[in-house]
Amino acid sequence: MRFQFVLGEVFSGLRRNTTMVVAVVLVTFVSLTFVGAAALLQAQIGKLKDDWYDLVEVSVFLCPEGSVSPTCATGEATEDQIDSVRQVIDTELSSQVSKVYFESKQQAFEAFSERYPDGYQGTQLTADDMQASLRLKLTDAEQFAVVSDVLSGRDGVEIVEDQRAVFEPLFRTLNVATLLAAGLAGVMLLAAVLLITTTIRLSAVSRRKETEIMRLVGASNLFIQLPFLLEGALAAVLGSLLAGGGLWLAVRFMVSDWLERSVDWVAYVSEVDVFRVAPLLVIMAVALAALSSFFTLNRYTRI
Amino acid sequence: MIRFENVSKVYARGARPALDQVSVDVERGEFVFLVGASGSGKSTFLSLVLREQRPTRGRVYVAGRDVANLSGWRVPTLRRQLGVVFQDFRLLQNKTVHENVAFALQVIGKPRHVIRDTVPEVLEMVGLTGKGKRMPTELSGGEQQRAAIARAIVNRPQILLADEPTGNLDPTTSLGIMRLLDRINRTGTTVVMATHDDEIVNEMRRRVVELSDGVVVRDEARGGYGEREAILPDVGASPVLDAPGSGTRAPVQTGRGS
Repeated sequence: MRFQFVLGEVFSGLRRNTTMVVAVVLVTFVSLTFVGAAALLQAQIGKLKDDWYDLVEVSVFLCPEGSVSPTCATGEATEDQIDSVRQVIDTELSSQVSKVYFESKQQAFEAFSERYPDGYQGTQLTADDMQASLRLKLTDAEQFAVVSDVLSGRDGVEIVEDQRAVFEPLFRTLNVATLLAAGLAGVMLLAAVLLITTTIRLSAVSRRKETEIMRLVGASNLFIQLPFLLEGALAAVLGSLLAGGGLWLAVRFMVSDWLERSVDWVAYVSEVDVFRVAPLLVIMAVALAALSSFFTLNRYTRI
Repeated sequence: MIRFENVSKVYARGARPALDQVSVDVERGEFVFLVGASGSGKSTFLSLVLREQRPTRGRVYVAGRDVANLSGWRVPTLRRQLGVVFQDFRLLQNKTVHENVAFALQVIGKPRHVIRDTVPEVLEMVGLTGKGKRMPTELSGGEQQRAAIARAIVNRPQILLADEPTGNLDPTTSLGIMRLLDRINRTGTTVVMATHDDEIVNEMRRRVVELSDGVVVRDEARGGYGEREAILPDVGASPVLDAPGSGTRAPVQTGRGS
């Protein structure tokens, strides 16, 4: 009885307030889409890191001839210097480094020639123009700072380079995009809260007489407020479901069907990630509605 | 049933109190008229009983509860023992008479079968049999007030508060409403009615509490309206005030007509 009655009130409220309810649905839809997009961007960054950091190495470039670096004062790195660096790697860095191999000038030249068979920007280079290096595979790519600290400044080591640095611009771009999406989401969420507040207020005013009678005949506070609460929550949840659906469509058709086919060597977010984000959006919508209701209802439907 | 102990109510600081040291005791089953000019404190009195307001000083007891110190979440329990009727009926215009009465039970969570049984009974009692499906706009003022009374008593309250229930009605219709209130009173319901209608007060000869500027100036067991001479001093609480529609309206009507 109670349940049915409350539901009836909710739907009559929604019907009476259609325009506002549609506005709430749309605003929550847009704001939560931005929230979801930000979350998916972060998920994408995580995926790329997982994927690419396994491939990248730390390069310890050894002193070539004629380097100006103070650690290269003795000229080209000697066998002894290289051995002592390897020693350090094997002892001090044994827990950070999982694999080490030496790339000689000749190997470096072969790799270079493979990539640029016609020479680089018109110059013909020889193996002597190349630089020997130690290639380190780290157990955890995030440990680069430790490795760099230990190895930089040793005799025979010109510079320690993290190949991850190559990806930094991309990640920075994605992070900026995340911030942008999150910022827009913030603004839209504020708009959503204000709109839900207004909608509930409007609904409360349009049902002032009912509410007054309810108060007089002794209906409980919860019973009086529940229809308004549910109205706001229902509209917000509907918006969050639309946001989830929109994100799903975007991932399905833009990422899975299109990006993945044109650029197929990158790991992309998938529909699974959307399903992981969607419940959060619904929870946010409910929280949003609850927050707005809390501020409005006490003022407009107090006993 | 209702007890005011030195109750004062001041709305704005420094303003003249709406009620000033009012002490009134209404027994169970009494019928009390609350009279006085506009602004004398009648409405404040009623809203203190309903706990729409809290007294500034003093204590208010309603149905055994200390209303002034009643915590917010217990107010609904108090109000379920009270019925209220207003001058402007306050029916919900988008609901039928039946729905209006049923609404009062629905919102306090009464089961459906109770509503199905009780509402027609109450409509019959107030003389609206067969009019349950009408919209309020399709009823006369008197019928609307009967519907409002039905809504007020459908939950069998111990106390019925009426704030100028006949204020919008012509004298004949008012008489019908008064007969109804009297009948409700006879079933044991305490009735407190604020009114300006001197004819009614004088004809009913019930207890009269007169307020003036927030002070009780008169509390008479079988009083008249006041200053003005009673029109029918001898009719009193005669069996005139009978069931509505029973056709025995002659004495009062002729009395007034002569």
